[in-house]
Amino acid sequence: MNQLIDAKNITLDPDKLVSHDKIATSMYSSLELFEQEQEKIFRKTWVWVAHASEVPDKGSFKLSKVGREPVIVVRDRKGNIHVMVNRCRHRAATVCEIHKGKTSSFQCPYHGWGYGLDGSLRALPYPEQYGDDFDKSQHGLLKLRTESYQGMIFATFNDDIEPLEDFLGAARKWIDLFMKQGGGFPVKTLGEHQFSVPMNWKVQLENTTDAYHFPIVHKSFLQSLDEEAEKTFTFLDGEGFVEDLGNGHSVMVMIPELVDLDADLDRKIPERFEALAQELRDEGYPEDQVRRIVRAVGGSGFNLNLFPNAACSMAFFRILTPVAVDRTDIRHIAIGMEGGPEAANRLRLRLHEHFQGPMGFGSPDDAEVWERIQRGVDGGAELPILVNRGIEKEFQGDAGPRGHVSDETGMRAAYAMWKRMMQE
Amino acid sequence: MNKTDTDNLLWQVTQFLWSEAAILDAKEYDAWLDLWQPEGLYILPIEDADDYAAVLNLCYDDDKMRRNRIKRFQDGFSISSAPPAITVRTLSRFVIDAVDGNTVVVSCGQHLVEDKFGRQRLWAANVRYTLTSTGSSFQIQEKVVRLLNSDGVLNSFSYLF
Ligand code: FES
Ligand SMILES: [Fe+2]
Repeated sequence: MNQLIDAKNITLDPDKLVSHDKIATSMYSSLELFEQEQEKIFRKTWVWVAHASEVPDKGSFKLSKVGREPVIVVRDRKGNIHVMVNRCRHRAATVCEIHKGKTSSFQCPYHGWGYGLDGSLRALPYPEQYGDDFDKSQHGLLKLRTESYQGMIFATFNDDIEPLEDFLGAARKWIDLFMKQGGGFPVKTLGEHQFSVPMNWKVQLENTTDAYHFPIVHKSFLQSLDEEAEKTFTFLDGEGFVEDLGNGHSVMVMIPELVDLDADLDRKIPERFEALAQELRDEGYPEDQVRRIVRAVGGSGFNLNLFPNAACSMAFFRILTPVAVDRTDIRHIAIGMEGGPEAANRLRLRLHEHFQGPMGFGSPDDAEVWERIQRGVDGGAELPILVNRGIEKEFQGDAGPRGHVSDETGMRAAYAMWKRMMQE
Repeated sequence: MNKTDTDNLLWQVTQFLWSEAAILDAKEYDAWLDLWQPEGLYILPIEDADDYAAVLNLCYDDDKMRRNRIKRFQDGFSISSAPPAITVRTLSRFVIDAVDGNTVVVSCGQHLVEDKFGRQRLWAANVRYTLTSTGSSFQIQEKVVRLLNSDGVLNSFSYLF
């Protein structure tokens, strides 16, 4: 375990960079490796690009990224969703620079080529000069294969990859559970916090499955809660676990009693949700629905980490975008209940603001330690980064190896997938 | 109001807001809390809204959240604020938007430079204050700080705007 890594002779060989119990420092700092990851991972697998509620209507669009590549996610007139590279087929200008909105077409600002909602090239000014054999059908925006699961839209450049549902595999059960936060209503996004952190993207990938840091890094958040909530979030002594779900995905259950939000509805309503419960009762919601909504508002008791860029993290979607070897953008997307009670959605918003984003009581402390990692790897290139926590006591869970909630089982799952993809 | 009254008010408001800026740069947060009316709201929006309570913001603080936030800064357990970034800010371009009895609505531009790890970042914001005149000074009823690029990718903040 305490063996050093031969940093001088470190190659780009995935087998040498990743062992089951440790990874090499250059995993966070090698520019060459970062470039390879773009080709071998972000261009080869399913990447989360949007939630269906971000493009609710015909003509709704939203800008996103697949790896570093800018894409447009758009819903066409028939309701079908397309994901295409935001780059004109003439001489490469982006055809859209508005974050989100509604449109009937995309027109390139440079020479006016016009594209339909499905990316097809519709018209171009003065086409005569291109001659008779110019084929418009060959000059549509570059399209990605697009599939959805439970409203989560994924896209890929890889036409040969397995269907999304197979790729998600054992993670689907947890996505289904996560979506119970709709409390009987469809889940919809309620806005997002975005921030950039000077760190490699894998530092973020790891963190969603790292419960070990929670009581340390988030002590000041815990101190801002009432006693009951603080107890709920003090989960390292509990019955939680981390499980490898295959394909790099993993789940970290922190609060087991909040795994299935439809179960145990007669459980006592936590103090901090009493006012909401009363408000809903006053609005005329029957008691069982009040309890279901209130339980949903509190969020799920687990983090689901989806390789390589998404997470269903307790009460929000966490999306990462690799920007450079030492820079990663993060989106924390708030979710709520489509058509649900206003009071419930408002409380969701306040809870999201409490922890997440540039001014949350949690994210800034996370960002600080992630940046510390990137600063730390400037030294000691021969030292390993340890992901061996709990390796001895791991046992077979429902879908794969399972360890204690604070174990690094989820990181080992992600790095096994990383290695598999980088070796292909 | 005649011109002298308007000029006087502008000068009083300016003095108050400059002293608030100095308090925030010095991180004298207890003094900052004293500037507020208990029902006051401190908001950093992401997008414009008629009702900020109905949308996601960077921060939407009532008295309780404001005090919790200050406590977090002061207790020393938050790694991002122990130590926090150092800030130097200026407020200018004051415009009095409305005066109604004791209430004054004033807008201004703000530039803030932060330094941490020797890395400096520059932030700019439009700020709108709703102040209540107390005769000798003012209290803050509402402060809305709209950062440039508030709906884009930001960094995390270990201080207040
Ligand atoms: S680059 Fe788009 S029309 Fe020329
Ligand atoms: Fe964290």
